[in-house]
Amino acid sequence: MTESILDVRGLTGRIAGQQVIEDVTFEVPATGVTALLGRNGVGKTSTVKSVLGLIERSGEVRLAGERIDGLPTHRIVQRGVGYVPEDREVFGGLTVAENLRLAERDAAPRRELVERLFPDLVERRAQRAGTLSGGQQQMVSLARALVNDNRLLLVDEPTKGLAPRIVDEVAAALATAAETVPILLVEQNLHVIRRLAERVVVLSGGTVVFTGTAHEFLDDEALVQRHLGVHDASEAA
Amino acid sequence: MSTVVLLVITGLGLGALYFLVASGLSLIYGLMGVLNFAHGAFLTISAFLGWEAGRRVSDGTWWGLAVSALVGMAVGALVAALTEYFLIRRLYERHIEQALVTVGLSLAAVALFEGIWGTDPIYTAKPEWLTETTEILGARIPNDRFLLIACALVVLGGIVLFLHRTRYGLIIRAGVENRQMVSALGIDVRRSFTLVFAIGGAAAGLGGVLASVYYGYVSAHLGSVLLIFAFIVTVIGGLGSLTGAAVASVLVAVLQQFANFYLGGTGDLVVVVALAVVLLIRPRGLMGKVA
Amino acid sequence: MSRRTRWQNTALLPVIGGVLAVVGLAVLPLLAIDVPGVLPGPTYTPGTLQLLAYAMLIAALALGYRMMFGLAGLLSFGHALFFAAGAYGLGMTLEAFAPPEWPGDLIFVVSILVTLVGGLVLAMTVGALALRVTGISFAMVTLAFAQAGSVLIRRNPGGATGGDEGLSLDIEHVPSALVGVVNTRNLYWLALAVLVVVYLVVLWVERSRAGHVAAATRENELRVRVLGLRPYTVKLLVFVVASVLAVVVGMAYLLLQSGASPRIATADFTLTLLVIVVLGGVGYRWGAIVGGIVYTILDQRLTALAGSDAVAGLPAVLRVPLSEPLFILGTLFVLVVLFLPGGIAGLPQRIRSGRVRHPLEAEEATDA
Repeated sequence: MTESILDVRGLTGRIAGQQVIEDVTFEVPATGVTALLGRNGVGKTSTVKSVLGLIERSGEVRLAGERIDGLPTHRIVQRGVGYVPEDREVFGGLTVAENLRLAERDAAPRRELVERLFPDLVERRAQRAGTLSGGQQQMVSLARALVNDNRLLLVDEPTKGLAPRIVDEVAAALATAAETVPILLVEQNLHVIRRLAERVVVLSGGTVVFTGTAHEFLDDEALVQRHLGVHDASEAA
Repeated sequence: MSTVVLLVITGLGLGALYFLVASGLSLIYGLMGVLNFAHGAFLTISAFLGWEAGRRVSDGTWWGLAVSALVGMAVGALVAALTEYFLIRRLYERHIEQALVTVGLSLAAVALFEGIWGTDPIYTAKPEWLTETTEILGARIPNDRFLLIACALVVLGGIVLFLHRTRYGLIIRAGVENRQMVSALGIDVRRSFTLVFAIGGAAAGLGGVLASVYYGYVSAHLGSVLLIFAFIVTVIGGLGSLTGAAVASVLVAVLQQFANFYLGGTGDLVVVVALAVVLLIRPRGLMGKVA
Repeated sequence: MSRRTRWQNTALLPVIGGVLAVVGLAVLPLLAIDVPGVLPGPTYTPGTLQLLAYAMLIAALALGYRMMFGLAGLLSFGHALFFAAGAYGLGMTLEAFAPPEWPGDLIFVVSILVTLVGGLVLAMTVGALALRVTGISFAMVTLAFAQAGSVLIRRNPGGATGGDEGLSLDIEHVPSALVGVVNTRNLYWLALAVLVVVYLVVLWVERSRAGHVAAATRENELRVRVLGLRPYTVKLLVFVVASVLAVVVGMAYLLLQSGASPRIATADFTLTLLVIVVLGGVGYRWGAIVGGIVYTILDQRLTALAGSDAVAGLPAVLRVPLSEPLFILGTLFVLVVLFLPGGIAGLPQRIRSGRVRHPLEAEEATDA
């Protein structure tokens, strides 16, 4: 296995004093897509939020070898972590252009890349993000992360609630991004996982229960059934 | 007809005062979730220091008033920024404690003002023109109303420009919507907290100087009275919404004037009833974000 | 010592302590204890008894307020409304309601009942409306209602409230044992009784099922809903009980002060209660009592200090702040919130554990 970009050891997260994940340990390799899997409510989103310091957490988190678990969220992000939150969380009252401008951290933001990946957004620059469709909002949310040159992307359920055609578009954008930056991807759609992920980390009951290659996991139907509660790949939706 | 015109314009003038206080309250609450009880104290200290500076330079002239206004805004901004930096920031994200600290601060501040400037109102001098009236559609409107309305419009315009034309404005607008997501884009949202306090403090400071023009005096309780109505305005308008604060300021003040005139001085009660009705029908206020 | 007896001792200790404290307070008017600097004179003098009685009433009021804020998490800015309703309600009823054929004592009792019922109706109305919203909005609605009450009292409709002058007690139908400086002792005992009754009611509510649900609601409303309980009803119950207790304390206040002033209906008065509760320690029942008594005595003594020659001789930089009791109390309050979460009552716990505790966290911590 190659050197890891993100190294999580014994991570415990709390929301309003209640423990939501316990002693989570896993690594994200420096290249490719690592999928974070598990049934609803096992703590996938909480894991991502703990890494970013968006919820109260303890344990060790290293980004390229450096401890980041004591840092406030904005400092972690400034070190090169792009975040695409669950439910997109675009600023509805701001225009598309303002959403992107807000996200630009680098001296030379990669506007051409974003425009190439999401031509739709160029036309809708002046539109308020709150009036966009769910798919378009997801594009904005992805674009906000891709506009900077990051060392790691944390992408939380990017295809949730989207039409199949849009799911493909999102997956394609992620595949393009994955060529240059490692991604930790929380995803329910097994098609997308099959297409993108090389490795998987599976959570159950707030802790890691499986780590390995995507094939090892997805090809073992019993394992998939036990941890995700679905029969193979296809008809997750 | 002339009565209606008089009531509307006087209402607009009073609404201007409410807006100067409520705009800061609303932005502060919207961005930081802090209910700032010390906002009235910001207003009062600015009114006092503005008056002290103005009367030393040139009492009762436009020049003196301009000095008062500038000093008032500077004092308001400074005191508010210091409050945020030394008191509010220490209690990051603990909203009840933050509100409590501002309660303590306002109690202490009012007492201190009483100690320094006494408990009785101090009557202030103002430029000649402001003591006169202008006839509009048969109504004789005191000129100070126009000054108040103009200043509030300038402040409204200024804040809107700032929010829409600068990066900090962008951060503040985004932060009012979703503070966590702003941090998650790598922005230190806390830095904008001090700024919002300063802006709110400056608006309140100007409000303090103008209140002393409107009422004709300064007193240690100038801010406390306006603060309650500003709270009501802020909640009716929707916490965090600048436009909401502007609209609600005018609605509340005009309603108050009309009720005072036609319903036997029940303006205050009518405003309270209006608040209860708005909250029960539409808890997030006229233009507030969904809580 | 076996584990069991130790447990029994620790459980009994507060009860014994409480009974001793009440007995101690009850015999105070018969003693001549002098605490220079704290009390204005020996404990049997009317001036001191008046101050102590007032402090106990404020403590009782704070106790009810703490139940709402600390237990149910309801931050009300309108508690003064109910206190004023008690004081003004009884005052106005005593003045207006006097069938000549009735004996004076009966009129007195009926007036109290009328005020209580009026207060109950007011509390249910305000509570039912205000609790439709939560958090800051709830605080604002209660503030608005209290403000309406305050405005009404100042307006002096029909000359009933006395406006800015305040209302003076019409003693015609008040039992003579509760009237006049010579009977301050009786009023003191009345205040003590009110404090004890309020304490027991608060204890009863907190220990009841409703109290547990209220506390759970504060922590996690969603979970309570999932359990199939209606947070609204429970919160309304707590609100109404606290408000009616405030009405009771308000009535005692009217008798003690022989009148009521519009000050007691203002938002500032409610804020003072909040200060007292936080100062004493939100997490502890007796915190409210300690806070109420400490605050009242501090307020009174600081006022005395402000007028003293020692302060008058100071340079202005020191004299001005020191001559304003509220400045000192406000500053003290800010410092407590910043550096002493848990308040005065949280001190022993803090010293023992050395841990910073969130003030809303320590529910049944030490005084259960």
